[in-house]
Amino acid sequence: MTRFIIWRLALMIPTLLLISIISFVVIQLPPGDIVTSTLDELLADGMEASEEQIAALRAMYHLDAPMPVRYLRWLGGMLRGDFGYSVQHQQPVSELIGERIALTVVVALSSLLLTWALALPTGILTAVKQYSPLDYAATVLAMLGMAVPNFMLALLVMWGAFTWFGVSIGGLFSPAYVDAPWSVARVLDLLKHLWVPMVVLGVGGTAGMVRIMRANLLDELRKPYVTTARAKGMRYWRVVLKYPVRIAVNPFISGIGVVLPMLFSGDAIVGVVLGLPTTGPLLLDALMNQDMYLAGSFIMILSALSVLGVLISDVALAMLDPRIRYD
Amino acid sequence: MNRTADEITARNPDAAASGGARADDDSVLTVENLEVRFDTEEGELSAVDDVSFAMRRGRILAIVGESGCGKSVTSYAILRLIQKPGRITGGTITFRPRGRPPVAITDLAENAEALRRLRGGDISMIFQEPMTALSPVHTVGNQIVEAILLHQDVSQADARARTVEMLGKVGIPAPERRIDQYPFEMSGGMRQRVVIAMALVCNPEILIADEPTTALDVTIQAQVMGLMKSLQRDLDTSVLLITHDLGVVAQLADDVCVMYLGRIVEQGTVRQVIHTPRHPYTIALLKSLPSLALKKARLPSIAGSVPALSARPPGCPFHPRCPHARHGVCDVGNPPPSEHLGAGHYAACLRVEEVARSEGRMPDVECRMPNAGTAKDNS
Amino acid sequence: MTEPAQPSAPETEAPPEVRLAEAGQWTLMRRRFRRHKLAVVSLWLLFGMYLLAAFCEFVSPYAPDTRNIRYLWGGPQRVRFVRPDGRFAPRPFVHGYRRADLEDTWSVALEPDPARIYEVRFFVRGEPYRMWGLWETDRHLFGVRGADGQPGFIHLLGTDRQGRDMFTRVLYGARISLTIGLVGVAMTFVLGVVIGGIAGYAGGVTDLVVQRIMEVLQSVPSLPLWMGLSAALPATWSGVRVYFGVTIILGIIGWTGLARIVRGKFLALREEDYIVAARLLGASRGRVVFRHMLPGFMSHIITAMTLSIPGMILGETALSFLGIGLRPPVVSWGVLLQQAQNTSAMVLMPWLLIPGLFVVLTVLAFNLVGDGLRDAADPYN
Repeated sequence: MTRFIIWRLALMIPTLLLISIISFVVIQLPPGDIVTSTLDELLADGMEASEEQIAALRAMYHLDAPMPVRYLRWLGGMLRGDFGYSVQHQQPVSELIGERIALTVVVALSSLLLTWALALPTGILTAVKQYSPLDYAATVLAMLGMAVPNFMLALLVMWGAFTWFGVSIGGLFSPAYVDAPWSVARVLDLLKHLWVPMVVLGVGGTAGMVRIMRANLLDELRKPYVTTARAKGMRYWRVVLKYPVRIAVNPFISGIGVVLPMLFSGDAIVGVVLGLPTTGPLLLDALMNQDMYLAGSFIMILSALSVLGVLISDVALAMLDPRIRYD
Repeated sequence: MNRTADEITARNPDAAASGGARADDDSVLTVENLEVRFDTEEGELSAVDDVSFAMRRGRILAIVGESGCGKSVTSYAILRLIQKPGRITGGTITFRPRGRPPVAITDLAENAEALRRLRGGDISMIFQEPMTALSPVHTVGNQIVEAILLHQDVSQADARARTVEMLGKVGIPAPERRIDQYPFEMSGGMRQRVVIAMALVCNPEILIADEPTTALDVTIQAQVMGLMKSLQRDLDTSVLLITHDLGVVAQLADDVCVMYLGRIVEQGTVRQVIHTPRHPYTIALLKSLPSLALKKARLPSIAGSVPALSARPPGCPFHPRCPHARHGVCDVGNPPPSEHLGAGHYAACLRVEEVARSEGRMPDVECRMPNAGTAKDNS
Repeated sequence: MTEPAQPSAPETEAPPEVRLAEAGQWTLMRRRFRRHKLAVVSLWLLFGMYLLAAFCEFVSPYAPDTRNIRYLWGGPQRVRFVRPDGRFAPRPFVHGYRRADLEDTWSVALEPDPARIYEVRFFVRGEPYRMWGLWETDRHLFGVRGADGQPGFIHLLGTDRQGRDMFTRVLYGARISLTIGLVGVAMTFVLGVVIGGIAGYAGGVTDLVVQRIMEVLQSVPSLPLWMGLSAALPATWSGVRVYFGVTIILGIIGWTGLARIVRGKFLALREEDYIVAARLLGASRGRVVFRHMLPGFMSHIITAMTLSIPGMILGETALSFLGIGLRPPVVSWGVLLQQAQNTSAMVLMPWLLIPGLFVVLTVLAFNLVGDGLRDAADPYN
């Protein structure tokens, strides 16, 4: 098992390198750079800069070096926890993104838990009671759930909350706690607000998971080992829960690697609609203002976290399924 | 409706005959007029139609027939394991345990405690696919111990000890180590031994074996069959063997039922059915067996193919393929009833006498199975 | 001669008039697809939507940027068949609107004016347009005739804050949003088949590298990456260039799913006897691939493509909704939904969410058609 984990960790290195290249491309893609935008600001203020000053600025930001060198410098910085400098906020990126990333992870993981909590029993019931009214209802709801874009759902939830309850929902904290330091009260306040993004983000994933769980369990229920267990004299539900569910549940675990990036994606747009203090709004803001190191860092870190999710799911899967463990 | 076994026997005067596969006082299980149907898009298809037989205590009864003839469905019906869209639509199955009153299995509710006690306790079953008959993510020990704990009031440790003992009995080397292995760590023959151990661990009165060796290599087949025979003798279990292999039947079974398109066409003792077959289908099956004694250039095969259940021919279901079929006799009306030919030998053919005259006695069936006893496969 | 361990429904043969053995794979697939009622209905729905999008100039009563200043922020008008006096109308009509006298409200309130009746007519003359840029005409599918000397108006789905007809704009938006999925998928098809095919056919190191790249692209959260890439589209670009830019961005990430399927199928087919036979008979590489291998899993590719179209449509909608995809004056469903971004707008003008309904309907239809195709493409069900 240890060898398996070490091997998987080693495999992560080239993956992370590739992701860093993609992120760096995103950073470099827009025309212009930090110096040209500084110059633009100077120009707007009626000032001008001489050739030497420009050259000095470029040297200061290491923009005079060739692209690969700049990439390596950026990569080296990241390893030391330095993600570059945000032009717009005049702050190191690392100071800006910490809490936002953490809150994004909180939102994503709580949605993941909600997805499991809803999809597991629904998937089992719809498979065991195939073609029952419950199965049809769940299927229709799942198809709808997969078709409604999460930002539409966020809009609808906000609209519904306002028209029926006269409250405008949004954010993750009450006004009093927005800038407050972390405390038990602030965590409780967070939990009170968390359910809206949790539900909005969880619906699509739940719908997909129910369909997967149902299809897998239907396959497993037809397997001979189920009949064997029934022929032993076990109660039907005990058979279902001990054998086929145990195997059909695998996609839940392996799905982490797919669902986590989906949830990060969802948070990027739902965060904007619901005004959450997560990565989404700041990422959008950074992109609008071509604050590329900030934007690139978000992409880099969210991707790295997704890769970590894949790793965790692989290890969990190996622990759950002896066939993989012994490979 | 709770019919007693005596009533059932009373309704069936033929059963008085000795031997064969019809109910008598010595039978441990009787099946009467069993009917199983499947709801399909093409309508209701009957997979098992008017099937009656009895298992003699301590004997091996084989049901033989081609794929889709209903022999597996019959065996699943005994443990009420038929799943939607199939269901038992008629007939009775009665289990007559030693020293206890008979149980009408077909009258039990789907989730009855009595039915669960029967399954794996009094009647257990082994399946043809040892690769998939065991859960891949649980150890074999886990799965066998569970079977013990379901039916016997023993401690976990005792159950485990009994499991190790049973694994040893079915010829698994180093059972105390093997017990904690997963099925995928074992060979096919090993797994089937595990399945047999699991089925016999509660000392059932009846063991149903649904093509237990079909998925195995020929050499392993012989070993597993030999193992089953010796265990059956040791434990005095009655066995219902489902197979398509007449060689196996000749070697192992005491009584035989031959099925075709959901109906029993011939039944009797092995001697009767194999040596003096009376139904043209049985005769054709026996003729198509490869035999070392008969060095013919070409192996005879049965003309045509098995029709679909949805296109069951009128009259005798076998008439389109039968060399003895008579137009206006065999292809009209209901399927022919089983006729008692004496000494418990039955055949469902309208032209039994003509067939007997023209076919005579069959040559001996080659027994290609070595007497393997409890030989172990090396895996 | 093996039997399934659990006796399943007995096999049944097809009725004799259906000559299964002679039917080609496409005939078989079509036959199986038709059994999925919901998928068939969805296919017709999509066909209808694409038809509307293709003829949106003709079907819509106005031009997408025509403003009706008499009806700003107006709700959907009801088409009526019964006149205010209770008599049945000879033609369907809509009412005109008047400003409501509401002193204590800050909002602009319009109420139907029963005195004004605008009759709906078909094939009327209206604003001139160039059909597909080919010929000039001013015929529209429907429109209204004015009354009392005033020109009438009909806004089936209401108007936005500038008084532009939402029905018209949804139709024009369909043209963009519906085609971006097709163009994007066409791109992923080329990329996916080429890259996946190379990986699957060549194997070895090439396969390893391609697999790694696909894994990475699949583990990157797509929306943030799309956002990062579209932010690089210059603001000075014209609508058409942004359109293709966005399509390319969506395709860059989208090809991996298809490539994985193609690769898997190639790996499996490479060992099939009929492929080996073709190779041994001396067929060229290209012939083996295109003549023997591709037809073997074309149906799977089509299914995968159908199922990836909704992702593309949703991607465009999301990007445009955030303001970094397509931008006005280009009209797409995402651009239209941008107007509904704040709660107050939604509460006052819920009809601004209608483009979203079209998104949901389209995605649902594509998913259902894809499901139907997937079941139909599987020859062993």
